[in-house]
Amino acid sequence: MSIDLEQFHQVFFEESLENLDVVEQALVEINIDAEVDSEVINSIFRAAHSIKGGSGTFGFTEVTEFTHLMETLLDEVRDGDRELTSELVDALLKSCDCLRVWFDSLQAKQPLDTEISKPLVAIYEAMLNGDGGDSADKTEDKAVVAEDEATSETSKNRTWLIEFIPESNVLMTGNEPIRLFRQLEQMGEFKATANIASIPDINLLTADECYLSWSIELTTESDKDDIAEVFEWVIDECKLTITEKSSEASATEAKAVDTRAEVEEKPAEAETKNKPEATPQVKPAVAEKKAPAAAPATSSIRVGIDKVDNLINLVGELVITQSMLSELGNNFDMDKIERLSSGLDQLLQNTKELQENVMRIRMLPISFAFNRFPRMIRDLSVKIGKKVDLQINGETTELDKTVMEKISDPLVHLVRNAIDHGIESAEDRIAAGKPEEGTIKLDAFHKGGNIVIEIVDDGKGIDAAVIASKAVEKGVVSDTTGMTDQQIFELIFEPGFSTAESVSDISGRGVGMDVVRRNIKALGGRIEIESEKGKGSVFRVHLPLTLAILDGQLIRVGKEVYIIPLIAIVESLQIKPELVKNVSGNMKVYRLREDNVPIIAMNKEFGIETDDAGLDDRLLVVVEGDGCKVGLLVDDLLAQQQVVIKSLEANYKRINGISGATILGDGSVAMIIDIPGLINMSARRLPTDGQHAA
Amino acid sequence: MSDPTNEYLTFILDNEEFGVSILAVQEIRVWSTVTDMPNTPDYIKGVINLRGVIVPIVDLRQRLNKSPIEYNENTVVIVLKQAIEDKSIIVGVVVDAVSDVYNFSSKDIKESPDFGSEIDNRFVHGMATTDEKIIVILDAVKLLDVKELYQISGSLNKIAS
Amino acid sequence: MAQVLVVDDSASMRNMVMATLSSAGHNVKDAENGQVALDIAKSDSFDAVITDLNMPVMDGITLVKELRSLSKYTYTPILLLTTESAGDKKAAGKDAGATGWLVKPFNPAKLLTTVDRVLG
Repeated sequence: MSIDLEQFHQVFFEESLENLDVVEQALVEINIDAEVDSEVINSIFRAAHSIKGGSGTFGFTEVTEFTHLMETLLDEVRDGDRELTSELVDALLKSCDCLRVWFDSLQAKQPLDTEISKPLVAIYEAMLNGDGGDSADKTEDKAVVAEDEATSETSKNRTWLIEFIPESNVLMTGNEPIRLFRQLEQMGEFKATANIASIPDINLLTADECYLSWSIELTTESDKDDIAEVFEWVIDECKLTITEKSSEASATEAKAVDTRAEVEEKPAEAETKNKPEATPQVKPAVAEKKAPAAAPATSSIRVGIDKVDNLINLVGELVITQSMLSELGNNFDMDKIERLSSGLDQLLQNTKELQENVMRIRMLPISFAFNRFPRMIRDLSVKIGKKVDLQINGETTELDKTVMEKISDPLVHLVRNAIDHGIESAEDRIAAGKPEEGTIKLDAFHKGGNIVIEIVDDGKGIDAAVIASKAVEKGVVSDTTGMTDQQIFELIFEPGFSTAESVSDISGRGVGMDVVRRNIKALGGRIEIESEKGKGSVFRVHLPLTLAILDGQLIRVGKEVYIIPLIAIVESLQIKPELVKNVSGNMKVYRLREDNVPIIAMNKEFGIETDDAGLDDRLLVVVEGDGCKVGLLVDDLLAQQQVVIKSLEANYKRINGISGATILGDGSVAMIIDIPGLINMSARRLPTDGQHAA
Repeated sequence: MSDPTNEYLTFILDNEEFGVSILAVQEIRVWSTVTDMPNTPDYIKGVINLRGVIVPIVDLRQRLNKSPIEYNENTVVIVLKQAIEDKSIIVGVVVDAVSDVYNFSSKDIKESPDFGSEIDNRFVHGMATTDEKIIVILDAVKLLDVKELYQISGSLNKIAS
Repeated sequence: MAQVLVVDDSASMRNMVMATLSSAGHNVKDAENGQVALDIAKSDSFDAVITDLNMPVMDGITLVKELRSLSKYTYTPILLLTTESAGDKKAAGKDAGATGWLVKPFNPAKLLTTVDRVLG
């Protein structure tokens, strides 16, 4: 029997982390002053119980012992024997943190830091030994101890007399006496005599009752406990006596008592003793640590069976279409052109659906990222003494797993920022005529092939004047005259900018909003600010739904076709000559309402020939990246379509201004423009326009 | 006799014959239109779609500092594939024409004399002589190593001013 | 070869039990809670059922009671997976009609010998 338990570890880690999320969310929602919903306690208990069960099976002893304490306390709460105090809630929350650290270590095959659990263990043990009364004893006998009892020293054969008188309903629990006898047979020499005395009159006979009893003689090396264990499951439904048949018959007689009571105590213990693998309960964990650090477990994704079924259906349709087309191709003539064309349409449809559904497999609800916020807000509001109500909407909005993982930290920073800098203290809020409790709203929704995540607070808003003077003081900009409020807000994303009066523990962790914006940009997204002094702020993050597929605008410059990510496009327009201004040297800007947008000639940036060197009536695609807007001068706007992103780095290397490539419908390759990269490139060229870029 | 490890595909560049291990050759294609990659050296002609894989195309004449010629219907692209640092790299090289396949044992391949500045020595594995011809054997691993292949060696960037 | 239904809300435990039983030649189906298990049990038939106790939607004890009330599962062996070594859960399970139990943690070998006890 060689089942490698390690193959189940990754799933166990993942489900345990999910269970910890369940525990944490439920704990955060609990209001200890009010009546606690028993289903909430149940779900917490189940989650802890599940982690304990799995960790025991897979040999993570430390986790088992620790979760056992949590489980014991939760069990008492569930049974109404213990009150759920805020102290217990806090300890349980901290235990979630501790277990997360442990699971990270286990995943990385690193030894566990048992120091972090010690204070919590102390709290739990104090609780269990103190007020709980009988709970201490309970822990004792429930504790999972790998007892290594010396196995019975008796190895010589002994003969046992077993009287087995089952109650008539024994069959109703699926316990057939014959199965018990088969086990006894395996233990040694077996002889059973059935006693038919209690069979009733044939008229009273029913098929599902057992009327027989047996006298069994078993000669075996096994001892009494082993024999009792065979009857473990039926002990409550039978009369059982097990006596040793020895030469000193009288002595035996004396011992022949109803073992029922005695045996009842034994099962668990006997079980531990009998299985030769009992000791390894501890050992696997040790062996595990010594094992050479294998490659890190590949991350996996749990996919709803409905999504998989959908895919299977779609593949089924694809196969049908394919066989239809290949049959058509076998003896094709021009009469069948219509069928060919409809077959190809069908193929197109199948492919599109298949693509969409495959992408959907990687999609997870954003609740995975949002779920950590209630806990965070709870901890933070306690820490800085601000009252904050968190409202979450759109948590079922789906997002690519990789995007989700990468957006999680920036979101945390934005939420921390909202509490720290946005929400005022209770006194200030009351003075401003606002409710004492501040509100932070998290929202996620789909918009035009992208996902938008909003972090809204009803705090004090951003004061443009404060930002402006701070930015000048920090040397982020030399002068803010003539800048719009919006442009001033954007300065908070510049490196080296931090508005906190003193670097606080909450948001001033050395990384600032510049890192937030950089991470969002790296995902092909962007961030906007809306703020009104005294009313609050909105931070709006736009992200692509996936990193593998992009909604693109195809454009033509000279003979080349490029793709601009739709998410970056603000608008496309035809140039009106009167709105073009020469700024300095070769730099031209376009007046777009209140903005002056620098014009970037794509042909110059990419060194290609263009149709027309002038500007009049040509097309300008206004894009936004890196917080600034620029207009890209192009020869033609072509179709908008979804493209599959392929890396150029697979066989080449990164190219400035290009984020990747894709294959168009005609099989040709088109480059995807990296808007922030292009803007940087162009900005570097401008001061010394006419020279080679580095 | 036909141990593929000793087989070399030879091709013509500017009337000289070059060889590359046949194990590195994935396929031979005729020249087809490429998509330009902006701001790349002159010898990189662009990329093609090779059954879903984006493959850069390098003009080997230009890469080896020989004078470029117009492509015609004989112009072929040898698609080379090598595992470099656990990664499989595919690059197409443009040559004037494909010549032959020869068998050379390792002792047939002599250390190459210094070509001076004419040919970039870093790609040369050695020299082999056959039928009174001298064949320059190129090192496929170095030829496909991104660090070597795309290192700018005096070749002008084609960034327009 | 027997057809066995494995019921547990933990995917890792389910996977482990399924892999073990499959490797011993059994045909295994799974369910993540009692309700799902009951639905599967009604539409299919099983030679044995192995169920966890603590599960959302429908727990193991309720599942045992529901199964025993179905005529085709009157005598079917039903094993409980339990971490409680204390008697109360087992007693409740027995009262509901469970055949026996398997105490977590267990290893594949223990699982197989226990299953063999009821399928023998």
